[in-house]
Amino acid sequence: MKENKKLKKFGSLLVASSLLAGVLAGCGAGDDSSSGGGSSSGGGSSDGDTIKIGANLELSGNVASYGSSIGVGAELAVKEINDAGGIDGKKIELIKVDNKSENSEATAAAIKLATQDKVVAMLAPATSGNTVATVQIANDNKIPIVTGSGTAPNITVNDDGSVNEYAFRTCFIDPFQGIVAANFAASELDAKNVAIFADNASDYAKGLAKSFKETITKNGGKVVKEEAYVAKDADFRTQLTNIKAANPDFIFIPGYYEEVGLIVKQAREMGITVPLMGADGWDSPTLVELAGKTALNNTFITNHYSAEDPDQKIQDFVKAFKAANSDKAPDAFNALGYDTIYYIADAIKRAGSTDGEAIKNELAGTKDLSLVTGTFSVDENHNPIKTATVLEFKDGKQVFNSKVNP
Amino acid sequence: MEWIQQLVNGISLGSIYALIALGYTMVYGIIKLINFAHGDVFMIGAFIGFYAIAKWELGFFPALLLAMVVCAIFGVLIERIAYKRLRNATRIAALITAIGVSLLIEYTTIFFRGAQPAAYPEVFKNRTLDILGVQISSTSILILSVAVVLMILLQFIVHKTKIGKAMRAVSHDADAARLMGINVDNTISATFAIGSALAGAAGVIFGVYYTKIDPLMGVIPGVKAFIAAVLGGIGIIPGAMVGGMLLGVVESMVSALGYSLWRDAAAFVILILILIFRPSGIFGKNAREKV
Repeated sequence: MKENKKLKKFGSLLVASSLLAGVLAGCGAGDDSSSGGGSSSGGGSSDGDTIKIGANLELSGNVASYGSSIGVGAELAVKEINDAGGIDGKKIELIKVDNKSENSEATAAAIKLATQDKVVAMLAPATSGNTVATVQIANDNKIPIVTGSGTAPNITVNDDGSVNEYAFRTCFIDPFQGIVAANFAASELDAKNVAIFADNASDYAKGLAKSFKETITKNGGKVVKEEAYVAKDADFRTQLTNIKAANPDFIFIPGYYEEVGLIVKQAREMGITVPLMGADGWDSPTLVELAGKTALNNTFITNHYSAEDPDQKIQDFVKAFKAANSDKAPDAFNALGYDTIYYIADAIKRAGSTDGEAIKNELAGTKDLSLVTGTFSVDENHNPIKTATVLEFKDGKQVFNSKVNP
Repeated sequence: MEWIQQLVNGISLGSIYALIALGYTMVYGIIKLINFAHGDVFMIGAFIGFYAIAKWELGFFPALLLAMVVCAIFGVLIERIAYKRLRNATRIAALITAIGVSLLIEYTTIFFRGAQPAAYPEVFKNRTLDILGVQISSTSILILSVAVVLMILLQFIVHKTKIGKAMRAVSHDADAARLMGINVDNTISATFAIGSALAGAAGVIFGVYYTKIDPLMGVIPGVKAFIAAVLGGIGIIPGAMVGGMLLGVVESMVSALGYSLWRDAAAFVILILILIFRPSGIFGKNAREKV
């Protein structure tokens, strides 16, 4: 049965690929890797003068802030590339689909983009869980997906160690953020007795908590209390009471802003004054609204970039972003969305083709690509090797603290 | 000391459950309907309080009052539009309608304002009082006092006023009450109004205490309040109060013992156990009078 299906698919794709070949001939790309037998199974196509890139984003639901930010950043990049003449003369068309921050919706959105819209590559969802839900679709349809901010290791690498061929990311992975946080806590904040309060409903938070725990123990620290919560909780006072009783001098809180905002607020109300630290999941204006500016003082996050970083490339991006978005400073998700489009566009350009396999090979072979969130090369697990930034909240503003190399 | 602290946490949570549970129990007492839309009235109350405080710059008490009044009207409208015609229909029809109304309210709210959460503004300068080593925030004291005052007020209405007497009569035997000249329709509406006003108040209190509100916030507290009502004995007002408090405390204690991930599960285990072993609830046995 499977064979039969494949044959059918092959037949329809043969037609598609002959069209594709015409387009390729038109733009005169003679790259060997782009044509040849294997390419006929490529799911993507581009009609006319546009290259379609899908964006499967959280535009509503409980992490809507991430998805929308990535979308805004991506749009700026698309506009810049198109204004500069597009990719080999062809304009990029960004097709956005809302996955409502739910895994099942993310899968449905990916199927729609792959089969109906026939995109050549996809911006995968912002969170790890939603991205993992789309990896299979990408592999089946041979359409590369690149997540801007999905940091869980299992997006690109399966549990058995095999690499998901069509999955990529622009951000560093979870364990790295946990390691950076643990090193920062030990060296800069002199943390000895730490507590961990993790979101037990997300792979992201569990991954961070695990690598943090390993590193802090290696650094001579002691985990005096571990507590957990699940997403959508509103009352964290009972767990915080337990944590407070253990008397830690540092609390690591991997999780997403909706809950973390309340945790920070309730912790400060209960008289917990020690430094709190999290990761890029904290990065949202909603966090500041929920927690309040003063409660956030003495809290730190690891993140992908800081708008205050003096680096020239970053400052140029900040300027362009502010001009396009009524003077609003870009957050890390804006930057990652922006970079993801450039990463994909660079690969399409070098592939000289819109064939999924060719683009995939170029994405995997990217070296020293200079982007806003850092210069990176892609390793054999499809993860970029790049720097992390530590930020501190001061009166509700993220202040650049330091850069940490891998 | 931690245990007393946890008890305070539990009572604060429990008083919110209790306020919502009162609405469930009153409506069930009078027309034998589990009003699943009740948790959403709670949500509407929270949003009205939010707009009143953040946008129209009212203080806490005017906002609380406004939310209660609007929710009372809203509750009566729900009853008149959706439930009244079904009064003689099967109970399952009314129950499914209630679920439908619940979803309608939730998704209409999402349609108008989106699903993203809103943060309650700070209405009080929150001070933490240190009582014998236990940290009690001024907000939790306020919440508890508001809840207690409202419950006393409810007891007064039910036992000392004419409408309260009518409510008790209708819950006892609607036909006989009608023969005695009681306007049953108006009495039922009054029950919905009072129950919804309490849910509205609970919504504002929830917002002030827990900060985050969103259009689906009523779902879990609504179900928990239903459990609280069943625990105390559905249809019995003191039962709902005790059930709510008890459930809040149990949840806190489960977390305090280090099983925070079992907290929601614990509430449902209680529901299942109570339905198996004592379906009439804690106060169920010698309850002749209902509402």
